[in-house]
Amino acid sequence: MKLKIASFDFTCCEGCQLQLTNSESTLTDFLELLDIRNFREISSERLDDYDIALVEGSISREDEVERLLKIRKQAKVLVAFGTCACFGGVNSLKNSFPLDETVREVYGDMVIETLPVRRIRDIVKVDLSIPGCPVAKEEVERIMVSLATDSIPTLPKYPVCVECKQQLNTCLIELGEICLGPITRAGCNAVCPTGKTACLGCRGPAEELNMPAFLELVKERGLSLSDLQEKLAFYNAFEPLATDET
Amino acid sequence: MKRDYSLDIRHLTRVEGHANIQITVRDGELLDARWAVVETPRFFEVMLKGMSAERVPFQTSRICGICSISHSLASIRAVEKAMAIVPPVVAEKTRLLAMHGETLQSHALHLFFLVAPDFAGTSSVLPLIQSHPDLVRAGLQLKELGNEISAVTTGRCTHPVSLVVGGLSKAPDKQRLLQLQAMIQERKPALESACAFLLSLTIPDFSRETEFISLSNGSSYPAIGGSLVSTDGVVHDESDYLLMTNEYMQEGSTSKFTRLSRESSVAGALARFNNNSHLLHQKAKEVAESFKLKPVCHNPFMNNIAQLVECVHILEDAEELIKTLLDGELSEIKTSFASKAGAATGAVEAPRGILYHHLEIDEKGKVVKADCIIPTTQNNANIHFDLHALVQQALREGKNDGEITKLCEMLVRSYDPCISCSVH
Repeated sequence: MKLKIASFDFTCCEGCQLQLTNSESTLTDFLELLDIRNFREISSERLDDYDIALVEGSISREDEVERLLKIRKQAKVLVAFGTCACFGGVNSLKNSFPLDETVREVYGDMVIETLPVRRIRDIVKVDLSIPGCPVAKEEVERIMVSLATDSIPTLPKYPVCVECKQQLNTCLIELGEICLGPITRAGCNAVCPTGKTACLGCRGPAEELNMPAFLELVKERGLSLSDLQEKLAFYNAFEPLATDET
Repeated sequence: MKRDYSLDIRHLTRVEGHANIQITVRDGELLDARWAVVETPRFFEVMLKGMSAERVPFQTSRICGICSISHSLASIRAVEKAMAIVPPVVAEKTRLLAMHGETLQSHALHLFFLVAPDFAGTSSVLPLIQSHPDLVRAGLQLKELGNEISAVTTGRCTHPVSLVVGGLSKAPDKQRLLQLQAMIQERKPALESACAFLLSLTIPDFSRETEFISLSNGSSYPAIGGSLVSTDGVVHDESDYLLMTNEYMQEGSTSKFTRLSRESSVAGALARFNNNSHLLHQKAKEVAESFKLKPVCHNPFMNNIAQLVECVHILEDAEELIKTLLDGELSEIKTSFASKAGAATGAVEAPRGILYHHLEIDEKGKVVKADCIIPTTQNNANIHFDLHALVQQALREGKNDGEITKLCEMLVRSYDPCISCSVH
């Protein structure tokens, strides 16, 4: 049986949905798994008899709340799809500025409705989370196969460092740069540190996480705590540091 | 025949983002035609305030899931100009190659996934997998090639990893560049078959005279930086982007509108072609000729063809760039710098047209002011006025309601709007 699936997007860049059309060489096989009922970005078909709803983006307007509640009613499995859906993502930085000044800065006196950014799980029950900015297509394929075969989908519990070591990369922290690899959930194949840029934690905290030890490491090396704070805040996926630590 | 007709499309499909088309005809006369962008705003310009300049490209790339490389490079260009940083030649060539990958991926997605179903009369590309397997395979091969170019040059196809202020954090791997070279050769027939398919289609006959805006550098087809030019003869320096855009608010739309010499103007593949067609690779010129595409073309539906022509150019130019990279040393990839205060504009040709990022940075290297003007924002007014003209023409020609609806949808899709991007 094909999975009756729908894809919806809220406050986001639609980059995670786009990943569904990537990995082109295996795409037709991947699509064999799916019965796409509703996916506005690629199809004019709009059917409401889906079982699985992929929900991309965070929530920042009242009409989005209503749309999301409707989706929750229909979906047997609601998937928070991507970092914005799981954690609020880059959009969350807006919440550190006063809302009225934010609107005025961009739109002047025009009336524009906007709410503080919220995660999908702040509004409705989430059955499954697939983090990533953007999501990793291989992981999405693996999870869809799990759903199609009634097995339980899982995410790696260990941190990005494990995958980074497998790639034989030189550790960025050894090179004097704060990288969130030691505290972030793996599953991305350490794509950022492999490209020699710091992990910013888009996949959220690893389950086997030792934050105090990580903080100690940053301090020991004399790395900038304000840089750490900026990195932790980037995707809203980590608790901010206590003020006495910064 | 006097008639009433109203069209109210909420959340138009097969485009990036959320927008509506509303048309009202009473007694055979057009009362109103409206292009309303209802996407939720994210307020990137506010979120950038206080951020370290080096981190900005990682934030702005998230403005768009399709053209993240362009956003990253517009920010990088703004920061480098503001701090007087000159990136090494290898970085410049790699960035240009990355832009090519992104544009190829974006154009292939648009032409094969979003536009082709209109011509085949299907709701999506999915039925075409059975009915037009060769066409779908060609589209997927080209899209995959674009993504692979982006991945080899930036570490990942969406949201680039190794594009950084000063140059690159990591050089492209020579082995993978060699593989890319072979892949381009292998996929040229896919592009030829795509050209043959598009040649067999009838492009709607509609023109409304307008003004086309793009970058221009006089020596190569535009990509990163240059002068701002229009087909009405306007020329401005890159830093005078505000004179080129003149943003204004439109009631009922969360995306702003722009204008220059007329009531509306256009950015995108057709605008680049109209201003720079003489700089295209010979093979791309030949394809343009086969479609009778000549500057200045005012038919918005021909933007699809201009995208195809650009794909031909990209494949040829990418081959040359890869050859240059393979022939040289890839050791010097980043210029070291110390943060300093400054302000500058970075303009690049994103797949859908000219994109501006303006950044003001303080002495601590933090952003104090940011402004981003998106290609689709610069097309909103033109889409709006085109809808008016198109419906009027269709009424004169006695088209039925279904035909008018389809034409309006196709018109908007031909602009390849990136709506979440425009409401950043």
